[in-house]
Amino acid sequence: MDFTIFLIQVLNALQYGLLLFLVAIGLTLVFGIMGIINLAHGSFYMLGAYAAFVLTSLTGNLFAAIALGIPLAFVFGVVLEKLLFSHLYKRDHLEQVLLTYGLILIFEELRSLTVGDDVHGVPIPELFAFSIQLSDVMSYPAYRLVVSVVCIVLAIGLYFLIQRSRLGMMIRAGSHDRDMVQALGINIKTLYAVVFAIGVSLAALAGMLAAPLSSVYPGMGFSVLIISFVVVVIGGVGSVWGALVAALIIGFADTFGKVLVPEWAGLAVYLVMAMVLLWRPEGIFRKG
Amino acid sequence: MSENLTRAFKLAALLALAAFPFYGTDFYTEVVAKILILAIFAMSLDLLVGFTGLVSFGHAAYFGLAAYMAVLLSPPDFTPASLWTLMPLAMLAAGLAAFVIGLFVLRTKGIYFIMVTLAFAQMAYFIFHDTKLGGGSDGIYLDVRPTAAIGGYTPFDLYDTVHLYFFVLVLMVLVYLFLSRLLRSPFGRVLVGIRSNEHRMQSLGYATFWYKLAAFTIAGTLAGLAGFLYAVLFGFVTPEYLSWHKSGQVLLMVILGGMGNLAGAIAGAFVFVGLQETFTDLTKHWQLLMGGVIVLVVLFMPGGLAALPGRILNRLRKEGRNG
Repeated sequence: MDFTIFLIQVLNALQYGLLLFLVAIGLTLVFGIMGIINLAHGSFYMLGAYAAFVLTSLTGNLFAAIALGIPLAFVFGVVLEKLLFSHLYKRDHLEQVLLTYGLILIFEELRSLTVGDDVHGVPIPELFAFSIQLSDVMSYPAYRLVVSVVCIVLAIGLYFLIQRSRLGMMIRAGSHDRDMVQALGINIKTLYAVVFAIGVSLAALAGMLAAPLSSVYPGMGFSVLIISFVVVVIGGVGSVWGALVAALIIGFADTFGKVLVPEWAGLAVYLVMAMVLLWRPEGIFRKG
Repeated sequence: MSENLTRAFKLAALLALAAFPFYGTDFYTEVVAKILILAIFAMSLDLLVGFTGLVSFGHAAYFGLAAYMAVLLSPPDFTPASLWTLMPLAMLAAGLAAFVIGLFVLRTKGIYFIMVTLAFAQMAYFIFHDTKLGGGSDGIYLDVRPTAAIGGYTPFDLYDTVHLYFFVLVLMVLVYLFLSRLLRSPFGRVLVGIRSNEHRMQSLGYATFWYKLAAFTIAGTLAGLAGFLYAVLFGFVTPEYLSWHKSGQVLLMVILGGMGNLAGAIAGAFVFVGLQETFTDLTKHWQLLMGGVIVLVVLFMPGGLAALPGRILNRLRKEGRNG
């Protein structure tokens, strides 16, 4: 493989992996802290992408759409947690699976009723609508680099939020021992709502960032959900850094799978998962 | 409900099902045949979810795989395959797939198990969706239904809707009896033991992994039977048969009927298809209504339909005491 092509594929793999990481954070935190399996998490990605489409056509700018979309997603997350998910904490996984499966159907149909079932494109913001010349014939779209950079900045921000802030301390404690956190006088209900809403916002943001790259189409939420599950399984439930490493592994497996064995690329990701399951059934980063 | 009353009720339901094709039109006979096939599918999943405590969200993989086998193992030139070889082969393929996938997924528990079964089913979905193996995303036709001929003698004809209906009904009853018998056997008791406390079963000396793998394989094989019959009934197989939608629907049937109750799984299949038919008549966005029903059932009806008579009786008793 030519070095420039290799470099482009590496950049693609990074960008895809980092976007997956944004989606997977919410899944893994909600599993780890609240013990909830949320099938509808992919729908937040889908709704984010559609919100980007609608808001961009209204405001004319993806950044304005994101600035409007994030608070919307956060509020949506809090409402959803208070209304539905807070009833699920004491239920078993089966009921969680079922209720969130029902939510997927509802979200998809509401999307179909309001925006329709067509595939839409979202324009790349003009500021970044150019390509970087890598060699005489090869170039790389700047917007993809921007997405990667945004994700890296967010990952660093999350590191400080989780490792250094008071909220992060509560989140870490909550994933370790829920009852003890409550006994120490922390309002666990508020903590749950905030964590859930952060997860929703990040998934929606990933959808908004991805909208100009992948276009916006029905069913985009579910394919992302399955891959995010794979990420969480590989990384270990509740581990944010496990999710980061796993997301990058999947990003590389998928991207290079498509280059090397195009026909069977869809399987590469699952083969990686099967191998990790044989090696460490609880995920790479699962602590004791 | 008392034992005798339940038995009488089941017998009456069976008689009603047996009498149905003589009163219903061909169209409704086919609808009920479809429900009976889905009932087999739901019972096979109930063995895992309700009795062994394994929440599989990828059960459609085995259903769809066997459906594809029904087409791919049939001779290509419009000659009918023999039912008596094609059906066991399709079931065997599904059972083998369940055995191999079970080796992986049963290493995990709880939330992991749900995600991993879903991921493997999705992998199977992509194999048929992305490659030319079974016509890709367009699906593939089963040109002719298999023949039931043994030597020169043909006991029934699957092209006759009523014959097909009774073939399906008999198989469903057989699956019900087989699973009931299985669950009363020592093997079945171990499965139920695993559901309530796997560690204790291990301390008692049971190699629980292999029991779970056996249950997973049996459930996959029976799901394969359902998938095979589905392909024969509709003459058409698409990757949708393996999709997460199908896995979700069959899980819903099990829950609607009340887990750990084989008759409930059958009732769940009837209720699900009934709701589906009603909602699709009302609007093309029928999944919105279905989603709403699912959310309400989870929030307000723990225990499913099977628990409903008991809950209503309790309520009446309470009111009787108060009023």
